[in-house]
Amino acid sequence: MIWGVLQFPGSCDERDALHACSLVGEARLVWHEERDLDGLDGVVVPGGFSYGDYLRAGAIARFAPAMEAVAEMAAGGAPVLGICNGFQVLCEAGLLPGALLVNEGLRFVCRQVELVVDPSAGELSSPEAGKNASGSSPERLSIPAKHGEGRYYAPGDVLDRLEANGQVAYRYAPGQNPNGSARDIAGVSNEARNVVGLMPHPEHAVDPLTGSADGLRVFEAMAALAA
Amino acid sequence: MARARVLIRPKEGILDPQGKAVERALPALGFEGIGHVRVGRMVELEAEDPERLGELCEKLLANPLIEDYEIQPL
Repeated sequence: MIWGVLQFPGSCDERDALHACSLVGEARLVWHEERDLDGLDGVVVPGGFSYGDYLRAGAIARFAPAMEAVAEMAAGGAPVLGICNGFQVLCEAGLLPGALLVNEGLRFVCRQVELVVDPSAGELSSPEAGKNASGSSPERLSIPAKHGEGRYYAPGDVLDRLEANGQVAYRYAPGQNPNGSARDIAGVSNEARNVVGLMPHPEHAVDPLTGSADGLRVFEAMAALAA
Repeated sequence: MARARVLIRPKEGILDPQGKAVERALPALGFEGIGHVRVGRMVELEAEDPERLGELCEKLLANPLIEDYEIQPL
């Protein structure tokens, strides 16, 4: 599997994303002006401050030439993972439902958080989680969050629908919601489950050296979608 | 060219922590009796075709899911 990791002016987590992708396949950077993404099997829209996050986070990046190709890949069922700013970009682009607002506490948060992988999100959880989804407690991931605009919002009826469809892929563990996100939502998927966005950073947690390798499971799950 | 001003506000019912922070700071500065503070954005621009400003707001200047906008011709 060959991943493309988008790079906008102002991206800052593309190198870690590239590294994480290279652990579950091959990976290359995709400059935001590239229109032809033929040959790629999946895309990561990484974190950072694309185009300075002017106007609203992700609002301008959604018009990048590369995003048209990403939308086509998403429509074709390829795995697309948006992390932090990438999540904001995918929401602005309409590839994921909802929006990310300024943190409830107004402060940039930077801390390790525990995520609960929604067992009903099926394919999104790792193979091991699939095994225990039938029985014991849901899978948990310890990965870092760092953002100023991560408060997930969608109207109540949309939230109900997301929950009913199993599109709430990741939730902050009880008591760990760092930003006031609706219903503790940390990440969602589209209806087809191939487009996933989350605020915390799995690409920063792929090696025990940095405290946790749990983030790798997010990349493994996305890679499994392409298989 | 037609000049216009676009006002963008958080939708009613959406928590606006910036507005709340401003509101909470006011009594300490001696400003009493001020409430319902909402903080938004203002964009001034010149347009050849003002008819298209609504579309521009829907697609870029505002996110209709979370923000209301108002176009004021100048």
